[in-house]
Amino acid sequence: MKLKTFNIGGIHPPEHKLSASAAIQDAPLPKVAVVPLSQHLGAPAKVKVKRGEMVKVGTLLAKGEAFISANIHSPVSGKVAKIEPRVDSSGFRRESVVIEVQGDEWNEDIDTSNDIIKDIKLEKKDILQRIHDCGIVGLGGATFPSHVKYMIPEGRSVEFLIINGVECEPYITSDDQLMLEKGEEMMVGIRVMMKAAGVEKAIIGVENNKPKAIEHLRKIADQYQGISVEPLKVQYPQGGEKQLIDALIKRQIPAGKLPSDVGCVVNNVGTAFAIYEAVQKNKPLVERIVTVTGKTVKKPSNFKVRLGTPISDLLPLAECDMENTGKVINGGPMMGKALVALNAAVTKGTSAVLLIKKEESKRVTVQNCIRCGKCMSVCPMGLEPYLLSVIARQGENERCETERIMDCIECGSCVYTCPSGRPLLDNIRLGKANTGFMIRTRGRK
Amino acid sequence: MGLLTVSGSPHIHGGLSVKKLMWGVVIAMVPAMLASFYYFGLGAIKVTLVAVLSSVIFEYVITKFIMKEKPNLMDGSAVITGILLAFNVPSNLPIWIIIIGSLVAIGVAKMSFGGLGKNPFNPALVGRVFLLISFPVQMTSWPVVDKIFPMGLDAVTGPTPLAVVKEGIGNGEKMTDIMNQIPDYTQLFLGQSGGSLGEVSALLLLLGGIYMLYRKIITWHIPLSFLAAVVIFSGIFWLYDPNTYVDPIFHLVTGGMMLGVFFMATDMVTSPMTPKGQLVFGAGVGILTIIIRVWGAYPEGVSFAILLMNAVVPHLNNIFKPERFGEEVSHG
Ligand code: SF4
Ligand code: SF4
Repeated sequence: MKLKTFNIGGIHPPEHKLSASAAIQDAPLPKVAVVPLSQHLGAPAKVKVKRGEMVKVGTLLAKGEAFISANIHSPVSGKVAKIEPRVDSSGFRRESVVIEVQGDEWNEDIDTSNDIIKDIKLEKKDILQRIHDCGIVGLGGATFPSHVKYMIPEGRSVEFLIINGVECEPYITSDDQLMLEKGEEMMVGIRVMMKAAGVEKAIIGVENNKPKAIEHLRKIADQYQGISVEPLKVQYPQGGEKQLIDALIKRQIPAGKLPSDVGCVVNNVGTAFAIYEAVQKNKPLVERIVTVTGKTVKKPSNFKVRLGTPISDLLPLAECDMENTGKVINGGPMMGKALVALNAAVTKGTSAVLLIKKEESKRVTVQNCIRCGKCMSVCPMGLEPYLLSVIARQGENERCETERIMDCIECGSCVYTCPSGRPLLDNIRLGKANTGFMIRTRGRK
Repeated sequence: MGLLTVSGSPHIHGGLSVKKLMWGVVIAMVPAMLASFYYFGLGAIKVTLVAVLSSVIFEYVITKFIMKEKPNLMDGSAVITGILLAFNVPSNLPIWIIIIGSLVAIGVAKMSFGGLGKNPFNPALVGRVFLLISFPVQMTSWPVVDKIFPMGLDAVTGPTPLAVVKEGIGNGEKMTDIMNQIPDYTQLFLGQSGGSLGEVSALLLLLGGIYMLYRKIITWHIPLSFLAAVVIFSGIFWLYDPNTYVDPIFHLVTGGMMLGVFFMATDMVTSPMTPKGQLVFGAGVGILTIIIRVWGAYPEGVSFAILLMNAVVPHLNNIFKPERFGEEVSHG
């Protein structure tokens, strides 16, 4: 049978899944946890604790009050030492709660046992509230607050819950390992999400380079009504929401529309697990799985890490050779961000810490565009990156808009492919910022 | 540990380079080049050497001293221009004319537009057409291919099959009589027609083309629509009156057809970006080639046809956009 995949563009970079099948280990607690108030897409949360206050694991530190925002809980127990700006994994200084860790005391109402609770007691409305309260965001990297996804507008119905187990970025294995170790919990989580979205069908998309996870999930899925597992042809960026929906059910979201416009809600497998823990165990989002990997890492690993742990704490655990490392990335090699400070904290969106060898950390030499069209043929959104890059540089915002620059998902496929090493995405990002500004201010004249 | 690099994503590169693409094209041209040495002897070697060397030198000098940039000779693009220019001229062309051809190709057609990737027209073709117009006599006295092994200087000259046919038809001769004056199609296809260096073996050019398709240096769109247009368009004439018009196969195996199809029309810098645009471009070149061969003043039309279509590439790029995600494509 021919494997499904998305229809436009795409590339297949070397997979380098060095940490595949490395069992998830608990990373030790940090001495000091740094918890930024903005770990999600949307408005920063409003801080609710004071300096000197004692907190437990699960204490609400900050409340997501805006429509698109998320609660933030203490990932450790101890004393709030400071509330001040700290450099985070995106390189910006952001207001953070700094906690001196003492012991490991959890809030009493959190079920910390290992029992799997399959019976879903909460009703739809309460599930949404719980997801909101527990500060769950998309753990695939976009960190979009999950409760917002399940607020389906009046009069619109959703048919499919799409679960993203694609993990199309090279190197990263955190989702793969989670599917293997926490498959059962994940299935319950998916049932919870199906209840929240009011759908009968859920499809888990997994790329075919994870045969063990596919087999494992298929075995358990039999016991859960309406959940199927679909192996997909390996192709980047299949983990993009739009590409995944296209691959699984052949529907393309029109520009500027949402998955719910084509009858879908999409969440990542890690999010499914987090929702399980939130709804069935009342556990807020205080830890996540982080892959530490790269060619200069002796023991590529998958860790369960408390949020707020400095990334620099994880490096020795995986025996990283920093001498030969030229770049450290928060996330995968295609869409991750290069770290400015190694002591930046692990946050809700940190799926991996990737070390790049010195020799590979510099970009290739830039030459003139030879109009080969390869950037265009790999673009999963059907754009013309060479053209967008030029008109973005020239500040032609109107033209950028009609050439659909805002559709760019910043997957980097164009830059990966360009034989002339052109910084297409740098220019396109600039163009998106300017064009987006133009569009937003247009109505206000 | 030293300083860490901070740059925007993506952080890995696929490893494809201009150099790899360009040298891939050069490799694809080698078989046909060797065939030209075999059939035309020392003259061909001399022409090729001079064309390549002068192209590379002109590119170096112009980049360094006029544009004041760092020359990037090893990208191979000047070598391609040199070989293509050599492929487009007869083996007994005087050295100084070849050098003028390189100067026009590199200096005028390429560097004056800003160098690699910025030229609207195929540089080698501009060079060739310039020479054809400026030195019509030297450019059209073709050494005849000796069927055994002609190492040594070419003495005899004669017309190409295309020219024979054109003249024959012009004189009102019968098609069967004209055909008796030229080698049969198998010979033409394998490589025994008089003409420019690169016209000598359709087969080896086809092989080079297949190699480039395999290496994904070119896509099938331009070659296929080009060939299809030639066969269909010339086929219509031939079916209408086989006594006045030659059959499509003749068009395919003669002149610079294979050279144009695989090496010059497919030049990525001067051809459209999208598959649809490429199909239209290829078809346009095919039809124009036949129009020129049938009605034009020159027996060969491939070069002119390609240059004419080069001129409309920006429009084709505006008209034929790629298939956008989430939208049935609408063409403006
Ligand atoms: S980064 Fe944007 S323009 Fe480049 S391939 Fe991805 S979607 Fe297309
Ligand atoms: S891939 Fe690079 S060289 Fe090719 S058209 Fe795009 S920008 Fe130009």
